[in-house]
Amino acid sequence: MADTVAGASPDPHVSGDDPNRRDFIHIAAGVAALGVVGGLAWPFIDQMNPAGDTLALASIDVDISKVVEGQQIVVKWRGKPLFVRYRTPKEIEEAIAGDHADLRDPATDESRHKPGKAQYLILIGVCTHLGCVPTFGGGDYGGWLCPCHGSVYDTSGRIRRGPAPLNLAIPDYSFLSDSKIKVG
Amino acid sequence: MSGPSTYEPKTGFERWLDARLPILRFANDTMVTFPTPKNLNYWWTFGGILAMMLGIQIVTGVILAMHYVPHVDYAFNSVERIMRDVNYGWLIRYTHANGASMFFLAVYIHMFRGLYYGSYKAPREVLWILGCVIYLLMMGTAFFGYVLPWGQMSFHGAVVITNLIGAIPLVGPSITTWLWGGFAVDDPTLNRFFSLHYLLPFVLAGVVGLHIWALHVPGNNNPTGVEVKSKEDTVPFHPYYTVKDGFAISVFLIMYAAFVFYMPNVLGDAINYVQANPLQTPLHIVPEWYLLPFYAILRAVPNKLMGVIAMGGALLTLFVLPWLDTSKVKSMRYRPTARLYFFIFIFACLVLGLCGAHAPDDMVIPGASGLQFLDANINSYVWLSRVGALYYFAYFWVITPLLGLTETPLPVPESISSPVLSHPASAPSGAAASPEKRG
Repeated sequence: MADTVAGASPDPHVSGDDPNRRDFIHIAAGVAALGVVGGLAWPFIDQMNPAGDTLALASIDVDISKVVEGQQIVVKWRGKPLFVRYRTPKEIEEAIAGDHADLRDPATDESRHKPGKAQYLILIGVCTHLGCVPTFGGGDYGGWLCPCHGSVYDTSGRIRRGPAPLNLAIPDYSFLSDSKIKVG
Repeated sequence: MSGPSTYEPKTGFERWLDARLPILRFANDTMVTFPTPKNLNYWWTFGGILAMMLGIQIVTGVILAMHYVPHVDYAFNSVERIMRDVNYGWLIRYTHANGASMFFLAVYIHMFRGLYYGSYKAPREVLWILGCVIYLLMMGTAFFGYVLPWGQMSFHGAVVITNLIGAIPLVGPSITTWLWGGFAVDDPTLNRFFSLHYLLPFVLAGVVGLHIWALHVPGNNNPTGVEVKSKEDTVPFHPYYTVKDGFAISVFLIMYAAFVFYMPNVLGDAINYVQANPLQTPLHIVPEWYLLPFYAILRAVPNKLMGVIAMGGALLTLFVLPWLDTSKVKSMRYRPTARLYFFIFIFACLVLGLCGAHAPDDMVIPGASGLQFLDANINSYVWLSRVGALYYFAYFWVITPLLGLTETPLPVPESISSPVLSHPASAPSGAAASPEKRG
């Protein structure tokens, strides 16, 4: 570092275009400190995400043999109500008829149940407006009515009227047998 | 010592804020330009380390409280859930649990530093007393925190410590019941201990604020114990001590990390991983290492009430130390005799810690039969702890007051700078060149 001996250049900083060893140390130390802070911040943030045991409870098996035609059971899944509805032929008919209506969130009834299982409608019972639980039998479409702000869903769980933007959500599920489904 | 403020607002916003809330001025005067003795050694870095430890304990503690359940049926399992299921819960809990030990390690070094360099003497008595209050708050907080995992040592430690109150004549048992919220350490006790464990660190932080305030009135003591005489004796806090503290903090964190990552349970007791069972006490009840010397003093006295008084007295003695020390010389650098007794005092504290970790009747020298003296064998930890406790009290109440009157101290320098400046030949050439110049 013979070229930076004091006196040779009184203050190499004034020009600003001569990075010296001290600048390097400052930047290196700053970057290292930022890296440490960032690395430490992540565990402190991630700890608030769902824990291992919470995730382990994320899928459930539901016995649907007890649900009879025209009935609906409500199961708690991931802390929310899950509607398991055994639809009547009339309801299915109305739902298919609704495929061609002017839908806010277009979807065919066929896309909302498993093939050949049109009678079973599995829905997350949370209104897509602000999260209330809709009740069955209300509204003008034979489906659900949300008591909070009046959103009306049809027999396929599609939004037809009111403030909600989307159809009632359908969870990931599969039939383990004719009488048992696995949700999540 | 801080003198008139040297802060000059540079921007319009800073001037506007300075006229309304001079918080930047405060930060500048206390953490940037604060005149600090230029001869502080690394023993002075533990204040900064302690501030950092308090921050770490509060942050990790608030996080743990998000996952912990203060109920006798769930507490133990919720801690295990933190260890196994919560994302990085193991890291946060080990950081918190070992953080308590690191906190105490740093505070003991900080306190011994104060004792050695006479930092408790005028005009810093209030500073010292506030430090003693912080120490008591730390012990209380640590005790409450240790109960929360609801392991065997948690439970029976809580039983033993709360029963100490019962030693008070007449009202003791009623106070104990009041503390418990029942007739034994149980769910109400756990709930209130959790509440207090969450509260006390914030009280502690408040007292730390007072401690720093009381520090900034007379300014730092220094290794010579000679008060700052002129501006020549000081350097601005930043960058000189921010960097020095930063380096010490980094080294301290490396040691801390070694515990957290490689031996997280070495300072704890394995029996605390067994869930609390009120029907069975572990064979050997010991507190965490940082409370062992006081536990030894408690057990050294064969009478329940007197034992509690001895233990409390050992702590309260610290509060009156500024008035027990008769020496005009602060730093033991110039008190060779006092220094000798001081090192024996440190040794006595370590011996007391050793005694606290052993059962009273264990043999100090295995195999040596020893003699029965009064109520116990001479070759037992109970007698060793009596010797240690005796020295502990004698050091403060006899040696310290007498030494100041009888010893002959070495010549004390006139000022912080004079020992250096009086030997210009010994200063390495070039050292006086402007250190602030870069390059």
